[in-house]
Amino acid sequence: MKGATAEKDASMQKQKEMIASHFTELARVKDTGKKVVYTFVPGNLTELINHFGMLPVLPEINALQSGMRGKSAEYISIAEKAGHSEDVCTYVKTDIGMLKAGNIGPTGEPLPKPDLLLLSYTGCFTFLKWFELLREEYDCPVIMLHVPYQGEGEITPEMRSYVADQIREVVIPQFEKVSGVKYNEERMREQMRLSVRAEDDLVWVLNSARAKPSPIDSWFGGVYYIGPMFTSFRGTQDAVDYYTMLREEVQERMDAKLGPVTPDGQAKEEKYRLVVEGPPNWTSFREFWRMFADEGAVIVASSYTKVGGLYDRGFRHNPDDPIGSMADYCMGCYTNLNFPQRTEMLERYINEFQADGFLINSVKSCNSFSAGQLLILRELEKRTGRPGGFIESDLVDPRYFSAANIKNRLESYFQMIEAKRKGAKS
Amino acid sequence: MSTLATDASERLRQIIARAEALYDDLDFKVVKEWKEQGKNRKAIGFLPIYVPREVIHAAGALPVGIMGGADRIEIVRGDSYFQSYICHFPRSVIELAVSGRLDACDGFLFPSICDVVRNLSGMFKMLFEGKWTHYLDLPQNFDNRLGGRFYKNEMRTIAREVGKLTGVEVTDKRLRDSITVFNENRTALRRLVHARRDRPWEIPTIDYYLLLRAAYLLPVEEHTAMVNEYVELSAQAGRPRMDNIRVAVRGAFCEQPPLGLLRTLERAGCYVVDDDFVLGSRFIEQDVDHHGDPWDALADGFMNRSLPTASKYDQRGTKHADFVQRVRDFKADGVIFMAPSFCDPALLDQPMLVKALENAGIPNTSFKYSEDTGQFQVIREQAGTFADALKLWGKA
Repeated sequence: MKGATAEKDASMQKQKEMIASHFTELARVKDTGKKVVYTFVPGNLTELINHFGMLPVLPEINALQSGMRGKSAEYISIAEKAGHSEDVCTYVKTDIGMLKAGNIGPTGEPLPKPDLLLLSYTGCFTFLKWFELLREEYDCPVIMLHVPYQGEGEITPEMRSYVADQIREVVIPQFEKVSGVKYNEERMREQMRLSVRAEDDLVWVLNSARAKPSPIDSWFGGVYYIGPMFTSFRGTQDAVDYYTMLREEVQERMDAKLGPVTPDGQAKEEKYRLVVEGPPNWTSFREFWRMFADEGAVIVASSYTKVGGLYDRGFRHNPDDPIGSMADYCMGCYTNLNFPQRTEMLERYINEFQADGFLINSVKSCNSFSAGQLLILRELEKRTGRPGGFIESDLVDPRYFSAANIKNRLESYFQMIEAKRKGAKS
Repeated sequence: MSTLATDASERLRQIIARAEALYDDLDFKVVKEWKEQGKNRKAIGFLPIYVPREVIHAAGALPVGIMGGADRIEIVRGDSYFQSYICHFPRSVIELAVSGRLDACDGFLFPSICDVVRNLSGMFKMLFEGKWTHYLDLPQNFDNRLGGRFYKNEMRTIAREVGKLTGVEVTDKRLRDSITVFNENRTALRRLVHARRDRPWEIPTIDYYLLLRAAYLLPVEEHTAMVNEYVELSAQAGRPRMDNIRVAVRGAFCEQPPLGLLRTLERAGCYVVDDDFVLGSRFIEQDVDHHGDPWDALADGFMNRSLPTASKYDQRGTKHADFVQRVRDFKADGVIFMAPSFCDPALLDQPMLVKALENAGIPNTSFKYSEDTGQFQVIREQAGTFADALKLWGKA
């Protein structure tokens, strides 16, 4: 039934509880004295933040949650009235607007002010300006962790030592100072062992989409699956438990030859298997998802679910070299890859997941993703022979989500795949 | 007008005609000619804002600034690579490249400035396989032991790779010699900037701008001579002083404004006495040490003594105060923010700088442009109103 709420899986319930507990902890920092770190998802140092007993707040998650809760238009408007250009990233403006409106989090309570801004600046120049803007609002130290870009398609020893040295000589001492806790490498190894277990299970879940039918949607569903890993929980027992639970559920779906769960319940038929490049739109997330689900289109792999790490390409945090692997992790996130690497990764997804085609959702706000995507489109069509589609929207600015246009384009795109299939048969 | 003034005016006209011809040279003929004048000469194209040109020079190559096509090139293929919400600059760079106009360049350097230019580096790798293309990650950590070491390694990589093209090894001595000739250029540009600050009526904005742009095409020694001669003669030309206000301009450090826009500002009653046009040409304003370790000296120049700009992290948190001080030092009556449309660094920086000016009581106004903007009436009215308001009431 359209619009019906699908029954929540146990893993979803678990994740919901984890998030609720995190926000409750944030709301209680005045009582508990816990310190708060604002930082970003790509290249996040979650294990380290947890190591020092601090709590992360992720401004881009605030922004996307505001988008999903229908608050971003108001927040963007507040920021634009305060002088922020209509041309720039709407995550930033949503966050700034939210801040000016009282910084009310998803629980309805104000988020605590940061004790530290960790500018882990991976794959996005806007992060740099974002935290310069936030610095104006808060009286707290800022750590700049410069993460070099893989311009030449590799992580060189010099890049690695640059990042590792910054973590060792700048980040950790500052964390120690703010938290009053000493860094303990043995304890960090333990955390990383937990990270690895969760990472293994996440990869298993993402790779389950190779099955036909795919038991998961790797983009719309995928954004939920990456939640605990990319935000506050990597390196915790909670994350291990969540991914164990998720894996078991997906295994059950695979055994039963079931497709993914969609906003309207069980997907009925897998007609199109797609790879998607780019982030989703958050303001009309469910409506957007339905445009695919109604047509039997399942996303079997996506680049967006790799912004917080390329685990499926083999990366794991390394308990034997915690700081070195943090450096590798930061530099290995998707938006820190150069264009040839990004294109090659998408090509492999298309082939390995036996996709019928690929789609680019080009978002206005994110130049890191979007600039040059049209070249990726051409190159992938050339390399794979599979049809490529191109739609445009935004992350959290509802003014840039035109449902009719997107639906139209998607319908034409699915027709293109059909035509290609017929051509292949004849 | 005296004979001296007439002679000076005529020579100034010739110098600027030469600079304007360089500006118009979208086929980079001057680079091709330079290459033909010697054996195995190579040219390395670089994008805004800053690359250490001394390293390219020391490797025996010509650093060539790629600043887009402004309003002088029809974008035929460039638009098909970028969505409507991406700035104009990469479109014209791609257009220049795919139309063969950049063939004179034997390699390309893309310094870290924003996500668009960063991605463009990878696009070049895919589109022009076989051409050396390097992304120069400038450090955002300004500790000599951390960012400094990383940056020196980046510079050595460039030296090695350009050296492979030219067959020249970049020794410390060669690099020190290059620093010396670039220091001479810095001295000349300081004279130009200061002359314009002190006597803006003697150096029209357009002349000043064309002289800066020439830095990106001419061999450095030739450019130094050109600037020195211009500055010397400008004091003799007897140009009349207009009743203009003095403005500082910010936001134009990457995609460049069309010449028509610069003329418009001056016609609207604004002398531009401080700016960030062609910023890489004078990013390190003071001389770089040419006695000690040249790699250390260049790293120190970038990390500790380069100008603030939106794509460089403000580690010390002093950019507000520094900007206000700069505006006062240059005796600007107000500030015009003119950023290219969709320029993330400039537009995200702007609210912070506006706040600093407002707190200091310094008037400001803002508009956006694109390198191919062709209609200036609205800008003329806005800049004119700004100038009139300052002249009449001392505030906008």
